[in-house]
Amino acid sequence: MAADPHRSIAALFSIERPKLIASLMRITRDVGMAEEFAQDAFEAALADWPGKGIPEKPGAWLMLTAKRKALDAHRRKQVAATKYDELGRELRETEETPPDFDSALDDDIGDDLLRLIFTACHPALSQEARVALTLRLLGGLTTHEIARAFIVPEPTIAQRIVRAKKTLSERKVAYEVPHGEELSERLATVLEVIYLIFNEGYAATSGENWMRPELCEEALRLGRVLAELAKDEPEVHGLVALMELQMSRFKARTDAKGEAILLLDQNRARWDRLLITRGLAAIARAHEACAKPSRLPGSYLLQAELAACHARANTPGETDWAKIVGIYGALGALMPSPVIDLNRAVALGMLMGPQAGLEIVDGLANEPSLKHYYLLPAVRGDLLAKLGRKEEARAEFERAAAMTQNERERAVMLRRALLALS
Amino acid sequence: MRVMVIVKASKDSEAGVMPSEELLTAMGKFNEEMVKAGIMLDGNGLKPTSKGVRLTFDGNKRTVVDGPFTETKELIAGYWLLQVKSLEEAIEWMKRCPNPHNDGGELEIRPLYELEDFAPGEGIRIHEKLRDELKGK
Repeated sequence: MAADPHRSIAALFSIERPKLIASLMRITRDVGMAEEFAQDAFEAALADWPGKGIPEKPGAWLMLTAKRKALDAHRRKQVAATKYDELGRELRETEETPPDFDSALDDDIGDDLLRLIFTACHPALSQEARVALTLRLLGGLTTHEIARAFIVPEPTIAQRIVRAKKTLSERKVAYEVPHGEELSERLATVLEVIYLIFNEGYAATSGENWMRPELCEEALRLGRVLAELAKDEPEVHGLVALMELQMSRFKARTDAKGEAILLLDQNRARWDRLLITRGLAAIARAHEACAKPSRLPGSYLLQAELAACHARANTPGETDWAKIVGIYGALGALMPSPVIDLNRAVALGMLMGPQAGLEIVDGLANEPSLKHYYLLPAVRGDLLAKLGRKEEARAEFERAAAMTQNERERAVMLRRALLALS
Repeated sequence: MRVMVIVKASKDSEAGVMPSEELLTAMGKFNEEMVKAGIMLDGNGLKPTSKGVRLTFDGNKRTVVDGPFTETKELIAGYWLLQVKSLEEAIEWMKRCPNPHNDGGELEIRPLYELEDFAPGEGIRIHEKLRDELKGK
């Protein structure tokens, strides 16, 4: 007997929790109460299952128990009438007929889950609250786990979640999937939250915090779930593709000491082929969704396309730089930004030679938003070094080193300054 | 973590008997559930060993042995690759899997080594160099 019953029960909770809360939300219309009844059901399971064994349909058992808890609470408190009357009828019928766990499990909860995602990422909440609530309600992470992942004290996260729930119930936020024009705006918020969670995990290069890759995996899982729920939305598939492709390089992007390895220097044998395949498939799905009705690729899809150009190249030399230059052009047209222009300059430098890249970079020299951006002198230094203009290159790398706050980045820049003269 | 769920072969799977319509439907539904939960990375069924071969190594000697192979219970009929939080999560999911065979089916769940389990050493470097050479620069 390998599985410890408590660990099995914990695993079942994490599988069932989002579905349970999403269904209970339909009845309670309140995140706090839905969570509470789900919790009650788990506690009942913890008391019951270790002795009697895990029921054959644990999901259905939990759902039925939670609904009974909701009804009990309602009888005690006489809260919000109509939905509970319905529930009471539903439960009486269930109790009169032999329990049909199959149908309780087969209930299509897809719409409820989608509503829950939109509620957790509601614009009435702060960005931080959206992230915490999404991880708590949909990721099934405990407050402790969220706090650990974001390196903040546990009470801070707990309070953030409590306040978020309060805001939702005070504002009487509708439990629904937005329609029409509101949909794309609200969807953008949801995607932003998921990508934020992903980047929180991805940005950390140190291997000390084990929760970090888990955040990436959780974001990716949420993205995949959303892609099944909102199949017609190209940007959902675009974001999933972007995350799959970035994740495919997760293990190749740092060396044994945790130092970052630049994309072109990475050992491509360590790129995850399965995730690359999945990422490319998600791009194809995004394009299909773009076709009906006809829509232009959004920023996530374009960024995924960029990542795909690298993923498709088996060696750095095979990289399709012309395509990359074109994608940066499209991205810049969609959301004009000097940073995108700078990236385009790098790609153009790879395609047409350093002089061509340098011309664009020089055009960005007086861009106010890049005034403190250390990558501007870093890129310029790189192009100058390739042109053999050693002294100028060294000066640019030193300037970049002075501009960054990050120790590691500074060390890299100083090393390059030294190498520029050799 | 990633796990591979290995579906063991049965007399039927080895005989190339296709699963019943009922099992196919149930399996399709089960797969859909895992896709919707965002945990299924990949999954495939394998043709019987009569369509496959074994390559055996003995020092520098390599011998190709044609299937079928006999020890049915030890053979593989299919697999899933799942991204889960724990082995227990994989177990709980797989308890919901329809019995893959009419007679006694068996699944084996095995966590994958992650690349970080290996220090990036000479082996990986050589592996990459070879690959690049094969690609022709």
